[in-house]
Amino acid sequence: MFGRAKSIADSLKKTRDSVFNQIGDLFGPSDIDDAFWEDLEELLIRGDVGVKTTVDLIAWLQQQMDQRGLRRSEQARDLLKQRMIEILEKAESEYLPGRRLLNVVLIVGVNGSGKTTSIGKLSAMHREKGDKIIIAAADTFRAAAVEQLKIWGERTGADVIAQSSGSDPGAVVFDALQAAFGRREASVVIIDTAGRLQTQFNLMAELSKIKGVAEKQVHNAPHEVLLTLDATSGQNALSQARHFKNIADLTGVILTKLDGASKGGMALAIAHEYGLPIKFVGTGEKVDDFRPFVAREYVAGLFGEVGATPVSTSKT
Amino acid sequence: MSGFYAFSRFPLRSSLCYDVENPGEKWQSNMFEDLTEKLQATFQRLSQKGRLTEEDVDVAMRDVKLALLEADVNFKVVRDFVKVVKERAIGAEILKNLNPAQMVVKIVNEELVRLLGEPGRLTLSGKPTVIMMVGLQGSGKTTTTGKLARWLRSQGHRPMLAACDTYRPAAVKQLEVLGQQLNIKVYSEGVGPNPPEIAERALEEARRNGHDILIVDTAGRLNIDEQMMEELQEVKRRIQPHEVIFVADAMTGQEAVNVAKDFNARVELTGVIFTKVDGDARGGAAISIREVTGVPIKFLGVGEKLDALEPFHPDRLAGRILGMGDILSLIEKAEATFDKDEAEKMGARLEQGEFDFEDFLAAMGQMKKLGPISKLMGMLPGMGDIQKQIEPGMMDNQMTIIEAIISSMTSKERRNPKMINGSRKKRIARGSGRTVQEVNDLIRQFREMQKMVKQMPAFLRGGMTKRKGGGSGPKLPFDLPPGFGL
Repeated sequence: MFGRAKSIADSLKKTRDSVFNQIGDLFGPSDIDDAFWEDLEELLIRGDVGVKTTVDLIAWLQQQMDQRGLRRSEQARDLLKQRMIEILEKAESEYLPGRRLLNVVLIVGVNGSGKTTSIGKLSAMHREKGDKIIIAAADTFRAAAVEQLKIWGERTGADVIAQSSGSDPGAVVFDALQAAFGRREASVVIIDTAGRLQTQFNLMAELSKIKGVAEKQVHNAPHEVLLTLDATSGQNALSQARHFKNIADLTGVILTKLDGASKGGMALAIAHEYGLPIKFVGTGEKVDDFRPFVAREYVAGLFGEVGATPVSTSKT
Repeated sequence: MSGFYAFSRFPLRSSLCYDVENPGEKWQSNMFEDLTEKLQATFQRLSQKGRLTEEDVDVAMRDVKLALLEADVNFKVVRDFVKVVKERAIGAEILKNLNPAQMVVKIVNEELVRLLGEPGRLTLSGKPTVIMMVGLQGSGKTTTTGKLARWLRSQGHRPMLAACDTYRPAAVKQLEVLGQQLNIKVYSEGVGPNPPEIAERALEEARRNGHDILIVDTAGRLNIDEQMMEELQEVKRRIQPHEVIFVADAMTGQEAVNVAKDFNARVELTGVIFTKVDGDARGGAAISIREVTGVPIKFLGVGEKLDALEPFHPDRLAGRILGMGDILSLIEKAEATFDKDEAEKMGARLEQGEFDFEDFLAAMGQMKKLGPISKLMGMLPGMGDIQKQIEPGMMDNQMTIIEAIISSMTSKERRNPKMINGSRKKRIARGSGRTVQEVNDLIRQFREMQKMVKQMPAFLRGGMTKRKGGGSGPKLPFDLPPGFGL
C-alpha cells in the first residue's frame, strides 16, 4: 500500500519551496561568514525546529567546523544533515517490537491533532498485514467521535467497540479487550482517546486510568502509546511531548498533516530533547496517506533533495 | 486580586520547581519574571544611567527576540517588532519606580498590545447575517461554530447553523449533535451534495424561517490545496457572507503567517478566532496573523465546553505571549467568584506592602473557590513554565499541606510570623502532621514573598485591584512624559 502513498520527501516539497529550499541556497559554494550563521539560525527557527535545538545544532556545527578546520558552506551542509539524521535515528525504535498474540496500541493527543484519522490509517495498515483489528472508541466526549470512528472502521474492516456518549472510557477499553479475547480473536486493539490539552490535569489522569485498564487485561499493555502531533504546531509541541510522555509513557509520535506547508521541524526538537521517536507520518486525508518515518528521507526532504533520494517503498 | 501575583511566586521559590534534569535550562524559562530577570542581569553589567543607551538596548533585544520566538511569533514579525521597540527604547527616560529591565519590558508589552490591535466586533447587519467559518483541519471550526451560536443566542439572536463539511467523516453529525445540545437549528443535507449548494440552500432556509444569523461550518482544508480553496471561494460567492472567520489553533508555529495570508487572499477574512487558548501555548501566532493580515481578532476559545468562548483582550494576550500569564482573565474570573470585600481588603493591604499568613490563607481560600489549581496555573504569571516542570496534581497537594501548616498556627503567629520560634515550630509541625523542616520551608518561602510584595513595582501592586473587566493595560501611577505614549 505504501507504494501509492506520497513519500515523505514528496510531501515535504512544499516546505522545501517555502522555507528549507533556502537552506539549499544558503549552502552555496562559498566560505562561511557571520551572516551565514545568522541566516541558518533564522531558517531553522522558521522551520519550527525550536530555539533550543536550533541553538544546540548551530553550536555543535560551529565547533565541528572549527575542530576540523573547515570553512566551506557545503561542508557545513553535509555535517548538519548528518547531525540531524543522527538525532532522529538515535531516537528511533521499532513499531510493536516482538509482536504478541494480542497487541494493544493507545493513541493520545491534543484536540484536533488527528487521532481519529491516524487510527483509521493505522488500522488500514494492519489490515494490509492481515491483522484482525478492534478499535476501542474511548473518546466518549466529543460529539460524533464514535460515528467518525465507525466510518473509518467500515472503510478498513475493523470492528469498533463503543458505548454511549459520556460513558466511562475505561469501560470501553475493558469491553474492547474482552471482545479481543473472546469471539472476535483480534490480534490488534487500537484505542482512540478524547483530545485533551496537556494542561488538563483530570483528563491527563484519566489517561493513566485507561492505561491501567489495558495493563490489567493484557500483559505489558499498551504495547505502543503514540502521540499524534500536528506538523503545523510550534513550540507547544514540546510541552505536549513532555506532559504526555510523563503521564502516558509515550513510545513514539505520529506526525500528522505533513502535507501542509509546515513540516514539523519540531520532530527534531522532540527527538533531540526527549528522545522520542517519530514512528509514522500522516501525509494526507486518504487512508493510505500514511507511512513509517524514515529519518534519512525526512532530512533529505528538508534539504530539498527529493529527486536525489529514492522513495522508500517498504511493505507493499 | 493582586494577591495572586504574590501567591504565584510561592511555588517559584519551592524546590519542586527547578528543573532537576536540566538545572541550566535557560530556554525553558522566558516568563515575564524571567525576561525581566534576564534583562536585569544584562543591565547590571551595563551602565546604570537614567537613560537606556543604544548599547543597553542592543543587548536586551537579543533576550526579547528569543522570548518572542519561543512564543511562536513569526521570525519576520519578530525582526520588525524588535526594530520598533529598539527605536522607542533608545534614549527613553527610565521612569521612576522602574529599573532599566522593567522599562524595556514595559515598552515590549505596550508594543505587543498595539500590534495585537483593538478587539474586533462581529458585524451583524445582514438579514440574515451570514458568518462563514474557515481554517485548517483540526483548528476547531465545528466546536467554535457551536460556541459562537450559543454566544449569539445569549445576545438575543436567533442563529441557524449549516453543516457544509462533507469531507471529514461524521463532521455533519458532530454539528447536528452540537445543535441538539444547544437546541439550535442545524441545516444539513448529509454528505451527498457539494458544499456551495448546501450553503446556498441553507441561506434560503434561514431566510424562510426568520433566522437573523446563519453560521456556515466548512471543511478544514490546507491553504495550499488549490481545489479545496477554490471550493471555499465558491461557497463565499454563493452566500456573500458578512463575516469570514478564520479559526486558528493557538499552538500553530511559524507557518501561521502563510496559512492566514493564503486564506485572506482567497476569501478576504473579516475576523480571527483563536482556539485552544486554555492550554499552555503562548499564542504568538496571534501576533503574526494580526500583523500580516491586519484582520482583527474577535474571540478566544478557552475550553471544550460550549460556553468556553471569550471576547478578545489584547492586553491579556500580550501578557500571555510574554509569559506574564493571563492574570487579567483570572482576575475577571476571580471577581465573579470571589468575596469582593475580602479581595479589596487584601488589595489594600498589598498596596501598603503588607502581607502575612492570614493574607496568604485568605488568598488560598479564594483561589480554591475557582477550582483545581491545575486549571488556573496557565493563567498565572510564570506558571506556564512551572507546569512543564511538575505535575499539576502536586500543586493541589502542596496547597493542602500549606493550608494544614498555616491552620496549625495561632492567629497571633499568623499576623506576626516573626514570633514563630523553635518550640512554636515544633507545635505547628505536630498540629499539622508535617515535619519541622516543612514548617521552616514554608516560613522561609513566605518571607521571600513578603519581601517581594514590598519590592513589587507600584504599577503591579496597585491598579489591578481597581481594574474591572478588560480595557487597557495596568494603569501606571504616574503620567507618561511627553512623546512617550503612542
